[in-house]
Amino acid sequence: MLDALTTAIGVAALALAAWCGFAAYRDQPTKDWHFIGMAVVTVLVLAQLVIGLFALARGERPEQGAVIFVAYLVGAFAAVPAAGLLSLTERTKWGSVTVSAGAVVLAVLEVRLFDIWGGSGA
Amino acid sequence: MPETTSTSNAAPGPAGAGEAAGSPAAGGRTRLVSGPGLLLVWLYGVMVVGALSRSVYQICTEFDRAPLAYALSAAAAVVYAFITYSLVRGGETARRAALVCCAAELAGVLSVGTWTLVRPEAFPDATVWSDFGMGYLFIPVILPVTGMLWLRRKR
Repeated sequence: MLDALTTAIGVAALALAAWCGFAAYRDQPTKDWHFIGMAVVTVLVLAQLVIGLFALARGERPEQGAVIFVAYLVGAFAAVPAAGLLSLTERTKWGSVTVSAGAVVLAVLEVRLFDIWGGSGA
Repeated sequence: MPETTSTSNAAPGPAGAGEAAGSPAAGGRTRLVSGPGLLLVWLYGVMVVGALSRSVYQICTEFDRAPLAYALSAAAAVVYAFITYSLVRGGETARRAALVCCAAELAGVLSVGTWTLVRPEAFPDATVWSDFGMGYLFIPVILPVTGMLWLRRKR
């Protein structure tokens, strides 16, 4: 369950990065549709956070430790909203580039989360 | 520090999308986070969170395993935090301070990166700057260079 969600979020984050990268390529700031995309990704990450915490509460243990696991979950949750807020202050293509970079950071965090949880072993 | 209160129309806000990237504010401090500077601040912010949380965790849980590596990560986190703060604050003094720190950061990445390659036995565990920041997609070595280019342009 968690592994599938982690993979899905990683793919969604890369898609968001490509989408905002395309907006930057066309010299456009982030628009409403981009923010809806960010919201979708953020809801997925929030679900991952909740499911992850439930898994911990049930007694499952991540391979590389619970503290690191929770830290990465929280970091993943913060990445895209923070970049989105920054892009509101910069209504040029650089706002789009920043959201794109934020989505790439999220994708990297998801890869790390996959390893921290222990891959398909759990 | 030039603490001029901005009375002109330099308020950050929903400026037109066509605003020239990197144009200094009409009054008060030079804004360093406009245009490409925003991306720079974002990446520095990510590095602050990454380096700080990593070094705090490692120093608290397993400092004896690789004290040198973890102390260097903590030092990197402090440098990143200071540069981020300078960029957000803006102004000539902050710009110069950030420029110096970017140079120090580059020197740190290059020396620690070389050090980890030449004397790997001194580092039982990785630092943020190990192998020139390979574990962080080489962002630690790219960031100070782009940072210095950006800060020079804002002069």
